[in-house]
Amino acid sequence: MSSTDLTRRTAAETAAAIAAREVSAVEVAQAHLDRIAAVDDRVHAFLHVDAEGALAQAARVDAGELSGPLAGVPLALKDVLCQEGIPTTVGSKILEGWRPPYDATVTARLKAAGVVLLGKTNMDEFAMGSSTEHSAYGPTHNPWDLDRIPGGSGGGSAAAVAAYEAPLAIGTDTGGSIRQPASVTGTVGVKPTYGGVSRYGLVAFSSSLDQAGPCARTVLDAALLHAVIAGHDPADSTSIPLPVPPVVEAAQKRDITGLRIGVVKELAGEGYEAGVEARFAEAVELLTALGATVTEVSCPHFGYALPAYYLIAPSEASSNLARFDSVRFGLRVGDDGVHSLEEVMSLTREQGFGPEVKRRIMLGTYALSSGYYDAYYGQAQKVRTLITQDFTRAFEQVDVLVSPASPGVAFRLGEKLGDPLAMYRQDLATIPSNLYGGPAMSLPCGLSDGLPVGLQIMAPTMRDDLLYQVGGAFEAALPAPVPSLSWES
Amino acid sequence: MSQITREEVAHLARLSRLALDDAELDGLAAQLDVILGAVAAIREVTDAADVRPTTHAVPLENVTRPDVVRPSLPRDAVLAGAPQAEDGRFRVPQILADEA
Repeated sequence: MSSTDLTRRTAAETAAAIAAREVSAVEVAQAHLDRIAAVDDRVHAFLHVDAEGALAQAARVDAGELSGPLAGVPLALKDVLCQEGIPTTVGSKILEGWRPPYDATVTARLKAAGVVLLGKTNMDEFAMGSSTEHSAYGPTHNPWDLDRIPGGSGGGSAAAVAAYEAPLAIGTDTGGSIRQPASVTGTVGVKPTYGGVSRYGLVAFSSSLDQAGPCARTVLDAALLHAVIAGHDPADSTSIPLPVPPVVEAAQKRDITGLRIGVVKELAGEGYEAGVEARFAEAVELLTALGATVTEVSCPHFGYALPAYYLIAPSEASSNLARFDSVRFGLRVGDDGVHSLEEVMSLTREQGFGPEVKRRIMLGTYALSSGYYDAYYGQAQKVRTLITQDFTRAFEQVDVLVSPASPGVAFRLGEKLGDPLAMYRQDLATIPSNLYGGPAMSLPCGLSDGLPVGLQIMAPTMRDDLLYQVGGAFEAALPAPVPSLSWES
Repeated sequence: MSQITREEVAHLARLSRLALDDAELDGLAAQLDVILGAVAAIREVTDAADVRPTTHAVPLENVTRPDVVRPSLPRDAVLAGAPQAEDGRFRVPQILADEA
């Protein structure tokens, strides 16, 4: 079997072939490392590749030391999750060269499941962005068109999966950083229920919103990965002590007869591209044809989700990023015996953080400062309550909600860099689920101008299985488009 | 009307421990003004007056664990990631300036 064939397989197929000893985990790992070596100079999905560690882990699987539904399957880890001894930069100069002394819980669970960690993926600095252009290490390119963005902040993870550099990746989603990249790269991305996956060892951006989740090329692969990383963790006090929803079974059901699906009235119209709205309308027709009962649902406060998010998330970030103080890890600038501690901190943060991170720290500091707190941060938290109430009322009428995942297809690199608000609007449809805490998925629903469009499915808290049930049935009826990768030849 | 002045931006930079240069202060004053103008839309939500704020998606209760001594991370492994360490401790820049 050629190594190209090995990289085109789904995670489920690869795991089955390794378990049946048709192929070794080492051969699979090597095929993906070769693929990265061949294409990543153009895609730039990876910030660090750990060939030695990947092959050693694969050898352990081949020796029978590790087993499980994803044993031997390669995976790309977003550079926001700690992996012991492996550089973890969060896309920032401030952590350049830092090697964590411990594994995140997600990382530890992947290792224990025999998953082969190929390396760390590129991202917008501190996960702040929608294009991966805010990485301090240069942008990632969309495999569908190298002149376009792969989404963000998890553009590296989505691009690695779309370019067949890895069948699986881990992303994190604070306002859409798993789903928007999935949408614009034609892959599947899931933000699990907040608290469903441990945040221990995940470098914090906005702690009340951050959630790690799976990226894959199929709904079943995403479910298999979800099942490996999810579940209660005593090391994260916000981790939910309940059993993981039956996501794998749901992905295999392929039946949505009688399921009630609500189309969110407010997630359409102004700001959404015509091509995206056309594919979404067809997706809704397909869901109806598959036996679901589709109705329109109003969530009147969703229009305020974006401003609420851009107050809450920067506020939490301005607090979280205070830990980058030039003392315990990362960069230190200006320590010449003359500058004071406070001056060294300010010089270090000035040099270590990029423009978008500074913008958000400043915005959050403003929103939390006395005199503005009630009008901005306090009001945003009340709006968060109203958005949660919108979801609760909607889920009294329907089982899941749907919308476009992203208002547009992949835009050109540089197109929105000078206009922060235009960049922020990429998260128009994904943010409500973060504020509410419920799970949401983006999966491919066709092309517009030759570029992928994503369908978003949103479910009630701890009903992640419903995403996979709807996604699995939809994908069986409308297979994901495949990128031509014409730049390879 | 302008939402934020350049002086306020400079004050925020001090609070944020960011040694911004003049060009950055000018740029951020303009950008924050636009962003604050856009997010001010949430003040239109009049039915928010009587609702309780949501700080978190999960109703949080205090989580405790048994008070049992467990191994911590090896000291040297942690200090290895620090910009400077000395005698098994983090080395910090001078905290008290010479004021004599």
